[in-house]
Amino acid sequence: MTKFFTLLSREIRSYFYSPIAYIVLVFFLLVSGVDFYFQVSFMNQRAVEYSVQEAFFNSVFFWFAFVLIFPLITMRLFAEEFKLGTIEPLMTAPVRDLQVVLAKYFGALIFYVILWIPTAFYFVIFQAVTHEPAGSSTGAYLGSYLMLVLLGMFYISIGCFASVLTRNQIVAAIISFAVITLLFFFGLVQFILLDVGSETRQLLGYFSAIEQMGTLSRGQIDTRPIVLYVSMTIVMLTFTYQAFQSRKWRL
Amino acid sequence: MIKVENLTKRYAGQTAIENLNFEVGKGEIMGFLGPNGAGKSTTMRILSSFMPPTSGRASVAGYDIFENSLQARTHLGYMPENVPLYKDMRVTEYLEYRAALKGVPHRRMNERVGDVKELCGLKEVEKKLIGALSKGYRQRVGLADALVHEPDLLILDEPTSGLDPNQIRQVRELIRNLGRQHTILLSTHILPEVEMTCSRIIIINRGKIEACDTPENLVSQMRTATGVRLEARAGNDDGIEELKKIPGVKDVSLTTDGDWQVFSLRAEAGADVRPEVFRLASDRRWAVRELSQRKATLEDVFVEITHADEV
Repeated sequence: MTKFFTLLSREIRSYFYSPIAYIVLVFFLLVSGVDFYFQVSFMNQRAVEYSVQEAFFNSVFFWFAFVLIFPLITMRLFAEEFKLGTIEPLMTAPVRDLQVVLAKYFGALIFYVILWIPTAFYFVIFQAVTHEPAGSSTGAYLGSYLMLVLLGMFYISIGCFASVLTRNQIVAAIISFAVITLLFFFGLVQFILLDVGSETRQLLGYFSAIEQMGTLSRGQIDTRPIVLYVSMTIVMLTFTYQAFQSRKWRL
Repeated sequence: MIKVENLTKRYAGQTAIENLNFEVGKGEIMGFLGPNGAGKSTTMRILSSFMPPTSGRASVAGYDIFENSLQARTHLGYMPENVPLYKDMRVTEYLEYRAALKGVPHRRMNERVGDVKELCGLKEVEKKLIGALSKGYRQRVGLADALVHEPDLLILDEPTSGLDPNQIRQVRELIRNLGRQHTILLSTHILPEVEMTCSRIIIINRGKIEACDTPENLVSQMRTATGVRLEARAGNDDGIEELKKIPGVKDVSLTTDGDWQVFSLRAEAGADVRPEVFRLASDRRWAVRELSQRKATLEDVFVEITHADEV
């Protein structure tokens, strides 16, 4: 367990060694800040039936930035170690493959959570300035951030898997971006393809991140996405672990 | 300390090493020689549990590298070829990370990391980014990393490649000192280095062990044995025929240097024919300006063993 934390701490620190962390942080704050500003301005001009908090987590801006950050966070995880050859000293140290995979995964997940922390202050500041609550209830905040963590868990596990497949970071980024975007569009099919059967559309609706975010950000904690994303994450991490082990036989 | 039995590794369609068998005893410095692509790195990567063999067994410090890989890895320090390092970490930080990874307890961390920095001459660069270090310093960081958990066994893959002569000398000195407490398996292309540091040598070619002995024995067992050079004016005598009559001389060849004749004699292993050659020359009143023996070197052994099938 000590070794896991040693690995984990290096993974988290390694984001901050490279400019990637700062660029992603700035890019993300910029986009989410502009998103927040736009939502508030929009609501100032007309009457709407949702809160600032709901609007923030359901805007086009938000989703646009959202799918972009995962390839950026995950592309280097394994690919860089393969490319630089640092995988050799790493795996000849007495560590288990599983420890390495989990340390890399949780390192990325923790960095992702760090990325979101500043956005919580938007709501605090909003409340301080306007003396109006930004969200309809505490549950709405919890629900939104729960959904963020769930989606993050799953999408980062996809990025992990993409990175373990190649020694080229760009290839890893393209794979994870394509898969995540496709999954995301999958959830949109129910709004677009009106000629498919209602069962199919309902089924696809279960996978719709937008739909789920809509529900959770209102404060309705639905357990179905929790089960879906936790189990999908475990599946992707199992794939990652298997692919990581297979390197020995491919060498 | 290392025991290798019938170790074989095949990559897609090609055999990297085939049926290797050798042992390295405690306290030995074993040199691993062979041309590029002979299978040295493959063997070392297998021993360090980086990749599994296709068949065969190997154990390190009594632990099977496959069944007890973690224990085996705990007991060995491995320095890969070209020393890949995290370039964005600082020297001390990297060594502390590696020490923790290899199970050095927290209370001994400062002591161990301090010791290896001292030993490998890294004190003056301890706060620098590894990416900013010269090749020689990076090599030393790799060595410090291999040593930080006080392993019983060191496996060093070309520890002196890419270094300048001064650095090579420093690293060689370091390895020789380490040999007092550690068992070492090292690979290299620099033959004088092996002769100076290693107690035994394995020569590997095309995945097979061609020779395994002490450097002295390898040299003395060479088929070409020793050569004697005689520069003389033999006048009207047939020098070649006369010299061939000397017992122990196997072969004589002749070249000329101006009006001097240069005879190259090949003598049987262990035989010193120089006194006989001198007597012959003085009996016949040949003018002699040089009589010398050329000792076979490890380089001759290496070339003979690894080129025999190509030439």
